[in-house]
Amino acid sequence: MLNLIYWELFKTYSKWRTYIGFIAVGVLIPVIMWIMWIEGGKFIQYQLRTMQTEFLITGNLFNGWAVSQIIMNGLWVHVPSLIALVAGDQLSGEATAGTFRLTLIRPVSRTKILNAKYIATLMYTASLVVGIAILSIGLGIWIFGTGDLIALDKEGIVILPEANLIYHFLFAYTLAIWSMFVVASLAFFISSLVENAIGPIIITMVIIAIFYIITFLPVESVENIKPWLFTTHMNVWQQALRDPFDWESIRNSVLILGAYNTAFWGATLMIFKRKDILS
Amino acid sequence: MIYGQLSTFHFFNCQFIIMSDIILRTTNLGKRYKNRWAAQDINLEVHRGDVFGFLGPNGAGKSTSIRMILSLIKPTTGKVELFGHDLFQKRELALQDVAGIVEKPDFYLYLSAYRNMQIAGSLTLGKTPADKKIMETLDIVGLTDRALDKVKTFSHGMKQRLGIAQALLCDPQLIMLDEPTNGLDPQGMKEVRELIVRLTTERGITVFLSSHLLNEVEQVATRMAIINKGKMLVQGSVEELLKANADKVLFNVEPIKKTLVVLRAIKSVSEISQTEEGIVAKVNPKNIPSVINELVKAKCKVFSVQPKHSLEEYFLEVTNES
Repeated sequence: MLNLIYWELFKTYSKWRTYIGFIAVGVLIPVIMWIMWIEGGKFIQYQLRTMQTEFLITGNLFNGWAVSQIIMNGLWVHVPSLIALVAGDQLSGEATAGTFRLTLIRPVSRTKILNAKYIATLMYTASLVVGIAILSIGLGIWIFGTGDLIALDKEGIVILPEANLIYHFLFAYTLAIWSMFVVASLAFFISSLVENAIGPIIITMVIIAIFYIITFLPVESVENIKPWLFTTHMNVWQQALRDPFDWESIRNSVLILGAYNTAFWGATLMIFKRKDILS
Repeated sequence: MIYGQLSTFHFFNCQFIIMSDIILRTTNLGKRYKNRWAAQDINLEVHRGDVFGFLGPNGAGKSTSIRMILSLIKPTTGKVELFGHDLFQKRELALQDVAGIVEKPDFYLYLSAYRNMQIAGSLTLGKTPADKKIMETLDIVGLTDRALDKVKTFSHGMKQRLGIAQALLCDPQLIMLDEPTNGLDPQGMKEVRELIVRLTTERGITVFLSSHLLNEVEQVATRMAIINKGKMLVQGSVEELLKANADKVLFNVEPIKKTLVVLRAIKSVSEISQTEEGIVAKVNPKNIPSVINELVKAKCKVFSVQPKHSLEEYFLEVTNES
């Protein structure tokens, strides 16, 4: 199995499209930081405009951690499309290229082949989020320095001390990886249904958009289904930038996202095992 | 290890067991798409050491059958046994000693030939094959010097050879080749044919060769089956199947009308018919010299007398009947 995963990763990272995501975040993050550097902390001051009349705020609040948090909030709309770009190609790409005729006639079960591909897809997803984390925190701290983090909460503003921020961000990015796994699993599932590489990307993004619209739709009739939509829980990473953590909410989101992952993987496996290779 | 079906017979109160050594057997194999059967009741038996020709016109159901045998398509009916193992119950065991190219070899074009070999090998062996083995196999098909080049730079013929190298990499006992010379130039076709013969004679590999090129199969096959419109028509050794037509000869003569009259008067000649090529008749090969003698006596010009029992003739006869 390890050998299969190794070669799936090798194939994934030998394709040009895999690096589009890394290039995109590699360009976007420095550009956002450059803009913030020019703006000189106006964004933070805007956030704190009401507080500044009541409190005396000292220290560097416009720091690398704050910038990383802003970037996370901003990029989270685009990252799913970068993940779908690779995850959506994993099965449909092989169908298009005809390479299933090479792999599926070998004495290895379809379940193992699918699992190796799925694990490689999740590893790519995790690596992209880790890439965002390293670049945004690393570059942010290098340019803007360090300090405490002011995080906005439903109940107000939370100030997280600098000493604990590394753990908060580690937790936040772990939760972000978990939520992005759902996007990867969805694209992977759609990839098993079609035989072209573009379809899964578009369909994944359309499904996410529809779910987001329902999530933010202020209509009473959809209130009951909102808690069960994965898009409702995609921002679970924000829960890691609280003090104390709302463990019940985190656990609930993690379980629902996990259920989606399992369901998409299970459906993909069922389809893939029965699929006739006609290409 | 020898697999096959056991049958027994008695001789002088002793029981003898014969192992027929069938390494591929399909039983009532069929695939239906909605209301159309792409293949139906395919009962194949491939013996160890055969070069088995699987013949049929385009769209006859050859590729569908091969895809079912290689587990790319789930059959609607029937079963497949490879080396004594049921393909759908013990897939991994059944396919352990099998390799194949279905329709055309496809590769990870963005990777080198060497990497493609590694991937194919690791799927069969469960580990990455040794460098030496890969290079030796590439050498068999003459691709050693292109091992590190990306496959997207390869010609069709080179891809075909690389496909065969991938099939050979894990020392299979059965190789299934679906139209292996498709798109190749005459030199490439000859090379593939020679390679097929070498695989059988030098390495003892059984080759299942699907083709609509009759000349190709006739030159290499020892046994064959013919399929048309999804149904299997005949199966057996090439020699035996063609023997039925062995007495037919083609007379290239002039004048035709006079020759027809003379031939009809000779008792040893039967089933006389006129074709575009000349006159076709059934004559026992032993009687051919006397028949020629009669024609010459009757002042008919005999330019040539050729045996007319080619696979092409046989194939057309069988498929037209169906």
